[in-house]
Amino acid sequence: MTDLDTFRAETRAWLEANCPAEMRTPMQGDEDNFWGGRNAKFTSEAQKVWFERMRDKGWTVPDWPTQYGGGGLDGARHKILREEMAAIGARSPLSSFGIWMLGPALLKYGNEQQKAEHLPKIARGEIRWCQGYSEPNAGSDLASLQTRAESDGNDFIINGSKIWTSYANYADWIFCLVRTDPSAKKHDGISFILFDMTSKGVTTKPILLISGKSPFCETFFDNVRVPKSHVVGTINRGWDVAKYLLQHERAMISGMGGRDGGRPLGQVAADSLGSDDQGRLDDPILRGQIATFDVDEAALACAAERAVDLAKAGQLHPAFSSAMKYYGTELNKRRHEILMSAGGIDALEWESERSQEGARARAWLRTKANSIEGGTSEVMLGIVAKRILDLPGA
Amino acid sequence: MALVLTEEQTMLRDSARGLIGDKAPVAHLRRLRDERDATGFSRELWKSFAEMGFAGLLVPEEFGGSGLGCVEAGVVMEEIGRNLTPSPQLSTAILAASALARGGSEAQKKAYLPKLADGSLIAALAVDEGAKHRPAKIAMTATRAGNGFKLKGDKALVVDGHVADLLIVAARSAGQPGDADGLTLFLVDSKAKGVAIERTVMVDAHNAARISFDDVEVNADQVLGEVDRGGALLEAVLNVGRAAVAAEMLGVADEAFGRTVSYLKERKQFGKLIGEFQALQHRAAHLYTEIEILRAAVLKALQAVDADAVQARVAVSVAKAKAGTVATLAVQEGVQMHGGMGMTDQFDIGLFMKRARVLQELLGDSAYHAEALAEWKKY
Repeated sequence: MTDLDTFRAETRAWLEANCPAEMRTPMQGDEDNFWGGRNAKFTSEAQKVWFERMRDKGWTVPDWPTQYGGGGLDGARHKILREEMAAIGARSPLSSFGIWMLGPALLKYGNEQQKAEHLPKIARGEIRWCQGYSEPNAGSDLASLQTRAESDGNDFIINGSKIWTSYANYADWIFCLVRTDPSAKKHDGISFILFDMTSKGVTTKPILLISGKSPFCETFFDNVRVPKSHVVGTINRGWDVAKYLLQHERAMISGMGGRDGGRPLGQVAADSLGSDDQGRLDDPILRGQIATFDVDEAALACAAERAVDLAKAGQLHPAFSSAMKYYGTELNKRRHEILMSAGGIDALEWESERSQEGARARAWLRTKANSIEGGTSEVMLGIVAKRILDLPGA
Repeated sequence: MALVLTEEQTMLRDSARGLIGDKAPVAHLRRLRDERDATGFSRELWKSFAEMGFAGLLVPEEFGGSGLGCVEAGVVMEEIGRNLTPSPQLSTAILAASALARGGSEAQKKAYLPKLADGSLIAALAVDEGAKHRPAKIAMTATRAGNGFKLKGDKALVVDGHVADLLIVAARSAGQPGDADGLTLFLVDSKAKGVAIERTVMVDAHNAARISFDDVEVNADQVLGEVDRGGALLEAVLNVGRAAVAAEMLGVADEAFGRTVSYLKERKQFGKLIGEFQALQHRAAHLYTEIEILRAAVLKALQAVDADAVQARVAVSVAKAKAGTVATLAVQEGVQMHGGMGMTDQFDIGLFMKRARVLQELLGDSAYHAEALAEWKKY
């Protein structure tokens, strides 16, 4: 046996022994995610056990260095772990913007003190992060942000507001883009800064969405005092950090469709519509739509796998995550349109136990934001046109 | 296995790109078309393919080939697609070679495989009968007679059928059209008595023939594989072919797209390069995304066929279905964005559109393979 075979066998055995049965079923909704943080709550004993076991192996962040609380796995072993987890349907033990977005940016741009301070807490799920990027009137035109950080000795004084701050009302800390040089060109006067959400002058207000629920908030900063040592990277060069982080955010969003652990569309539809005497879904046009969707979804999964392999080989175009974000989010919207069709009248229920308080309809409405958040589809296409295809004037 | 080409595969791609781009660019197809060439491809080019090892890619080393896999075959097919190069690569080097390598007896392999690899024998696979690719519906009959069989029936769209020395024919030796079982594959000399071959001039100027078999006598030793049980062998061979055709379609799509993007950067209208218009930029960016997703699906299918041709059918159906829609979109957008010039015979982009239409139908179109996926997933 090669070392990798040994690792696979050991990993399989460990997961088999340590992943509780309840953690091997698809997540039904956002409530099934464990987000960590100072005020973390577990929904079940199984969720707690699973998280703690994975945390203790460093497998909440399997590929981070062990010195920062990671598992220290190389690419091949990380892939094996993912495959073995997928094989038993194991849930992700910890959902975290710290893992998906801030961590990679800190690993690349943070100084040693920042890495040592923040990365282990992210890995152990002790601090829940939120992202302060978008602002009112800016949206996808991120660089037109106005939140100001003015120098005051060793500190910055921050004033302004953010919008679409996911889970700001539950977050412990924020990674935030602020304007530190208002006279510089749009992209050149921005800094990337970290601070505690309990700092004096920080307030949040949830935003109600068409789904009737929302992870989003407005966030306000009123003379918030933050030490300059909390800036990641160079002052006024925050755009580099921001862009790098966005690549990870877009890659994360493009993978959302697959991560909901949803049942195959064909089965969902057959359950509600029934099948004809040849076992074919009793709606030939919907069946064709599902088959076409399945082709596209399977092909996208290949592209996601290839992107990881290309990145390892140093051949991935840095703007490729924009293409994946565009495609993945459009596809996820299509998936939920099909789910609504398959559910028919039953899927329209909004407030009933039978419909789990309108879970399907709310999820459908939620996906309509996929092609807006993290940069709209149109912005993604613009990035591909400019940075990959090199089209003129783009 | 990583979904990227290895160093060796990249080198093979580069040498294929060099040879094919140099000796058989789109102008090569034009010349054969305009001269109404009787062969429809260049025998000299085919000799070069053999010398480069392309003809024997899937032939085991002991029979004179290089014993490589489908990923390598796909790499060459993509370059063929890029240049719209007519050659017996699909019919002979891919379909016939894998049929013989997978199903042939020792004697059959010895007799045919070295000749396929050195380019001296052209072979064609005769499957389709109706307007669409439906192997299960094969109606052509193989009736037992003496020591062998008599073949009767008609085949449509036999790629390279009019130049083939050897025909590999799928016929029904048992059961009814629609049954998965009851098929047998036969090796038939194209000059055998009762074989009538009509070359069909196709929209894309590539080679195909309609062939009728009027009580053609074949011996028992001309059976490829097992009698009545040829369905599984045929399906495995078709899957190799489908993955290869998907790779060719990727080449067609990517080249049509590349030419279109170049055109967007040079053509001016309303005082601007048309590539400055956001409506066109977004369509180009969408198409780029589709092609990259297709590229991954094709490589996945080729690798899956190398791992196990039978298990690979899902990956192959995904790739062929996706190739059908993406190549169609790429050539349609290509012609549209070239404007009026895209409609002229002088511009190459229309030739890509014609080739994509043929490749869409070959070995199952997008709907056929989406249907296969639905059946496999049982809904």
